[in-house]
Amino acid sequence: MNPMTEPAEIDPVRSGAGRADEGRAADLSTAPAEPTITVDQSAEKIFDCSGVNVLYNGKMAVEDVAIPLLKGDITALIGPSGCGKSTFLRCLNRMNDLIPGAEVQGSIVYHGQDLYAKAVDPVEVRKRIGMVFQKPNPFPKSIYDNIAFGPRLRGVKKADMDEVVESALQRAALWDDVKDRLKDNAFGMSGGQQQRLCIARALATSPDVLLMDEPCSALDPISTGKIEDLMTELKDHVSIVIVTHNMQQAARVSDKTAFFIVDLSAGENKRIGKLVEFAPTEQIFSNPADVRTEQYVTGKFG
Amino acid sequence: MSTPAKMAGKAMQQTTVIPRRDPADARKERGFAFLMYAALAITFVSLAALLVQIGLDGAGSVSTNLITNFPSKINVESSGVKSALYGTVYLMLLTAVFVIPVGIGTAIYLEEYADRKQWWNRLIEVNIQNLASVPSVVYGLLGLAFIVRGPLSLGRTLLAGAITLGLLVLPVVIIVAREAIRAVPPSIRDGSLALGATKWQTIWKQVLPGSIAGIATGVILALSRAIGETAPLIVIGAAVSPRFLPDGINSEFTALPIQIFAFSKDNDPRFLELASATIIVLMVLLLAMNSVAIYLRNRFEQKW
Repeated sequence: MNPMTEPAEIDPVRSGAGRADEGRAADLSTAPAEPTITVDQSAEKIFDCSGVNVLYNGKMAVEDVAIPLLKGDITALIGPSGCGKSTFLRCLNRMNDLIPGAEVQGSIVYHGQDLYAKAVDPVEVRKRIGMVFQKPNPFPKSIYDNIAFGPRLRGVKKADMDEVVESALQRAALWDDVKDRLKDNAFGMSGGQQQRLCIARALATSPDVLLMDEPCSALDPISTGKIEDLMTELKDHVSIVIVTHNMQQAARVSDKTAFFIVDLSAGENKRIGKLVEFAPTEQIFSNPADVRTEQYVTGKFG
Repeated sequence: MSTPAKMAGKAMQQTTVIPRRDPADARKERGFAFLMYAALAITFVSLAALLVQIGLDGAGSVSTNLITNFPSKINVESSGVKSALYGTVYLMLLTAVFVIPVGIGTAIYLEEYADRKQWWNRLIEVNIQNLASVPSVVYGLLGLAFIVRGPLSLGRTLLAGAITLGLLVLPVVIIVAREAIRAVPPSIRDGSLALGATKWQTIWKQVLPGSIAGIATGVILALSRAIGETAPLIVIGAAVSPRFLPDGINSEFTALPIQIFAFSKDNDPRFLELASATIIVLMVLLLAMNSVAIYLRNRFEQKW
């Protein structure tokens, strides 16, 4: 691992941290300054995003996000409700294409290729970039068929399927729980098992990135712990981007953290999500560059 | 209430926190309950009276003759409704062949593809709702003008009858199929699409399997409505008491409601008895179909 890089320079927002230290909350609804990026970018980038805007029916929802997402990292996206972290996540596998009226501007480069180029088929994108949702969403089929769904779409042969299913379940640490009931309906599993099944289902197609949209928010602490352990095990092979409401979770599992806020400076009805800071997780939670990050992670707002 | 309990109640009254029930409220409550039961009783009693009456009238004529013999004016005692029974079954199957793909296809379009912001999609939706309440005799006239004669000119055939009944129940099938498709949660579609399934793969492999029980139930109920219809078949000119079975989709035909109608027009009381017996045959058929629908719904319907 590379040593943490120093914050590039002291910017105007950073110098405002002194005021926050006096216990007076900064005015968080004002227009944020430029986001602070203090991440060593020499590692291979899976995604390189710049100037990403997301609009719904012409209304800005997320503005000007620029983040490099690095290989082998667990990157957490944190921030208050409505800050656009989930919206941004859904740009990375073009799930926003499915929402009528949604428009993505700017550039998202995936392994050197523009994800939003005309020639790129969103279906092919989603075959390479897995996604796990907030609420476990197993299909009303057997455990086996849930896992086999993705590989079947890719033409994996029936003879090879058992192996693919087993390996996916192994990687999701679910094999021992379910190996004797692969033919049972997935709806009979517990919530935590269902979510791990969804992770296994996403892994079955060997994606190199897994996008997780608050994957533990519907789970109890024990199931949450299992999923966090799983993420740590997986990250050698799969880079993970996780949206989480739970700051402790971000602190526990992630390598890098991006902090978003809701910018209200354009008016109460124009809530725009903006990136504030992207830094190694340790730094975000111990020594953030931006005063707003510090206030959020210390629980002063959000 | 026993006396000691009553006395205890009185003793407690001073310190009671929750006021006693207002007797006027209790009366209202009982009054409403009575009205509900009365409404139920009216429906139930009239239906039961009808069934009992038909049972009494027709039971004597129910025999195997009824389903193995053709109708006859000469041998009234052994007259049957074979041609009508076969006609109804053929009609139903043919209607199903027509209405299932068109109905499900339309429902998929409206639920999965149609952009509600476009005025024509909203127009289609409103029209389907309206078509469901158009009187069946109007469909009969449509069938006569456009299917039996006019552009299609199919004649008074089984196919013409099936298309007419198909058009009649199509709006119902579409509405039921849409509801079943809408019951599949969006998270299932998201899950499938996120795994790299195309929209069509998602519909074919997730949405339809998840909604098929609801769709099948709706289709069967729609078909049972279709085979009970009389007016449109009279208008398009179904045969009366034919002594032959339809030998293909271009054959003339009759159906049970037409046969019932034909019997009941006769002055001979023996034919009235036959009409009642034929009603029993039709009712058994309808009840059987509805039972299948209920079974399918209970057994296969997906709980999300």
